[in-house]
Amino acid sequence: MSQSYDRGLIEDFGRWQEFSAGMWAWIFHKFTGWVLIGYLFTHVAVLSTATVDGATYTATLQGLESLLVVRFLEVGLLAVAAFHILNGIRLLFVDLGVGLEAQDKAFYAALIATAAITVASIPTFLLGAF
Amino acid sequence: MAEHYSSFEPKGTRWLLQRITAAFLVVVLAYHFMLLHFVNHAADITFAGTQARMSQVGYFLTMVLFLIAGTFHGVNGVYNALVNQGLDGTQQTVVKWLLIVAGTLLIVQGIRVATAMTGLF
Repeated sequence: MSQSYDRGLIEDFGRWQEFSAGMWAWIFHKFTGWVLIGYLFTHVAVLSTATVDGATYTATLQGLESLLVVRFLEVGLLAVAAFHILNGIRLLFVDLGVGLEAQDKAFYAALIATAAITVASIPTFLLGAF
Repeated sequence: MAEHYSSFEPKGTRWLLQRITAAFLVVVLAYHFMLLHFVNHAADITFAGTQARMSQVGYFLTMVLFLIAGTFHGVNGVYNALVNQGLDGTQQTVVKWLLIVAGTLLIVQGIRVATAMTGLF
């Protein structure tokens, strides 16, 4: 027997102090989802304009990588993707009805793992940027 | 207390596809990020390297499937989010078709780019 869960009106951010872990997970998953689909359209658009010939492609990618702001945006993108992946795994388990009693702890674990992955990735992303 | 929490009613093709694509994307998105930012540093990527990867049939097909799965998952997610926020009636129909057209164009253009990256055509 399944039943959908009424989270109330999400636009009412005045209620934010009442939000539970699951509510925050839902908001973060939605926010990171919007970022990722926006990025996918941008990603294909940029690659489309770059893939004119080999030289333009290489020059475009290396030109973008020479900008410090792009390196930081990449760190942000990794953080967004890592959270969406980790919380997505949590959601798949929730949908399977596995570990429901620990869904809040799984959200906190996803946040901590995202933070750890993001911090650990910074040296790689900033390599050669300065 | 409900026995089963979900954003959607567990029924229908889109509901199932959203979860199947999710399971696929968890693996391939992580692989894509690892390969093009950690194994190969993004600043060192050249067309020759991209061409070498895209010329492998398995890699090419994986990337095309990644594009299709990512586009469906993202566009369907946007549609679900908007319906969840109260989108209905004519607006819902218009938005649905806009998303279908945008998603289709993205897949077509993405496959064109992937094909150009092989350098074969």
